[in-house]
Amino acid sequence: MPYAIEAEGLVKRYGETTALDGVDLAVRQGMLLGVLGPNGAGKTTAVRILATLLRPDAGRAAVGGFDVVTDAHRVRSLIGLTGQYAAVDEMLTGVENLVMIGRLLGLSRREAKRRAGELLDRFSLSEAGGRAAKTYSGGMRRRLDLAASLVGRPQVLFLDEPTTGLDPRSRTELWDVVRGLMADGVTVLLTTQYLEEADQLADSIVVFDRGTVIASGTSDELKSASGGQVLEVRPAEEDRLDLAAQVIAEVIGAAPEVSGGRVTAPVHDPAVVPAIVRRLDDLGIVASELSLRKSSLDEVFLALTGHRAESEPADHDSADHDSADHDSADRDKTGRDKTGRGKGDRGKGDRDKQEAYA
Amino acid sequence: MTAMTTATLPAAAGRRVGLGATLRQTATLAWRSLVQVKHNPWELLDLSIQPIMFLLLFTYVFGGAISGSTGDYLQFALPGLLVQNALFYTLSTAIGLNTDITKGVFDRLRSLPIARTAPLAGRILADTFKQVWAFALLVGFGMVLGFRVTTSVAGLLGALALLVVVALAMAWMSVLIGLKASSPEKVQMIAFSTMMPLTFTSSALVPSDTFPGWLEAWSDVNPVTHLADAIRGLLIGGEVAGPAGVSLLWSAGFVLVFAPLAIRVFRTTA
Repeated sequence: MPYAIEAEGLVKRYGETTALDGVDLAVRQGMLLGVLGPNGAGKTTAVRILATLLRPDAGRAAVGGFDVVTDAHRVRSLIGLTGQYAAVDEMLTGVENLVMIGRLLGLSRREAKRRAGELLDRFSLSEAGGRAAKTYSGGMRRRLDLAASLVGRPQVLFLDEPTTGLDPRSRTELWDVVRGLMADGVTVLLTTQYLEEADQLADSIVVFDRGTVIASGTSDELKSASGGQVLEVRPAEEDRLDLAAQVIAEVIGAAPEVSGGRVTAPVHDPAVVPAIVRRLDDLGIVASELSLRKSSLDEVFLALTGHRAESEPADHDSADHDSADHDSADRDKTGRDKTGRGKGDRGKGDRDKQEAYA
Repeated sequence: MTAMTTATLPAAAGRRVGLGATLRQTATLAWRSLVQVKHNPWELLDLSIQPIMFLLLFTYVFGGAISGSTGDYLQFALPGLLVQNALFYTLSTAIGLNTDITKGVFDRLRSLPIARTAPLAGRILADTFKQVWAFALLVGFGMVLGFRVTTSVAGLLGALALLVVVALAMAWMSVLIGLKASSPEKVQMIAFSTMMPLTFTSSALVPSDTFPGWLEAWSDVNPVTHLADAIRGLLIGGEVAGPAGVSLLWSAGFVLVFAPLAIRVFRTTA
């Protein structure tokens, strides 16, 4: 079993909207694949198909060697799923939530309790274990949710935007947990809108946009494949920033980005660097910082999709923005409510939103 | 870790879930719905206070005006209140299911190697227990206020059984609403705007012979009327077979219409 997760030509349509348009994926056992993409790119749809919650319209997928459609039950015995929303029963305590899953998986009452204790311990929830989950903070709920998906010791774990809406500290905590799981040999597929997250955790990355994979590779490969390097210049005197930007624009023939007292521009031909330095020198502009570096994933993303990925969880709105993904799955009930439109329309609406971002 | 896996977990699942496992999973999920009551006293209050409040309000506010004396009215209305409460309560299945869907709990359950039907069956089982509890509570409280079962214990149990059968038949509709509704609040609205007029235009709470002709005609075909008459017959005497038969026919009709729809929607969403 060389691949823990394998998908070929996955297609999922909702009326006029194509949520997935021929997606191929392959994740080796014990690896973490980061699926990166903006809202509505089809990430959640792909996860839902792989987790047997949704049938593809075309293509096939296998988890642990079992087909997700014809052998769904076996797939379910191998996987754990943690979605964007912490899917825990808020009325139950932490312990009860985990015991319930353990019992459902066929553990005896005693075993289920022991397993719950183990997991609560591991996720620093022991003290809160006796409290109803609705009293938990967002980060705690997410950890409980993740714990719930681990009760059955899954070999393959799907983490669908596990840190969306979390504060930076909780996010880093969750990253540590994911690293721990990797150390246990669990195969992970993680979707995220945050480039940093993919960069931090993933062995390899695929970039989704509008239902297709538009790039794949390791973080380094992606960085070097698209647009090479980035030149950054910070003039010592801030009032000369515009002049420096002008110089760079002239040399590279494109408008650079100016922000935070710095001029940033993608560079494809390293030979432009000496030219720029010379011009700056001629004009008497002293650079307090001048560097040539590999593009960040953010820049890669921009180059690939024509729009930036979100670098920070914008706000709680992001859950709404992702409605295309969820709608597809007929889940984002509120989205449907608000727009009162049909599925196809909603997909489009979401796309419009995306373009507005760009 | 892998070694522990084999030690603590049953062997990798087969292709299907056996009957024994299905029943166990259903019981676990029913437990889950019932243990919630322990943590959410409000739900318990909802479940207990609302019927009692209805009972008190109807008996003491309307009782005298309708029947001349509160005692007479209580005797007449309690069976109707039992029906009203049971019908309202069938929609709690929809609310619970819908909450699970919107919160993602339903997806979690569906991603587990358990029987497909267990989440639904577990919820319905739990709601049936809650129905029995509400029935016992209302009858018990009614007796404190002076209500008397004038038939027999068999009549009392028969009434409970009939209500449970009707509630189970309506559970199909409830499942359908729960799967389709956009939010739990909406389910509540649907519940209120259908059940309220249905029960009020029946003979559940007032004798329908004071209704204007058209309303009386409606009341005569209103299934709630038949159910209320049957329950009344079982508890305080009167015709049973006729109205109970009609109620059971209605229940069968409900199952015939809503079961296939609910199953189809469940298959496509689930």
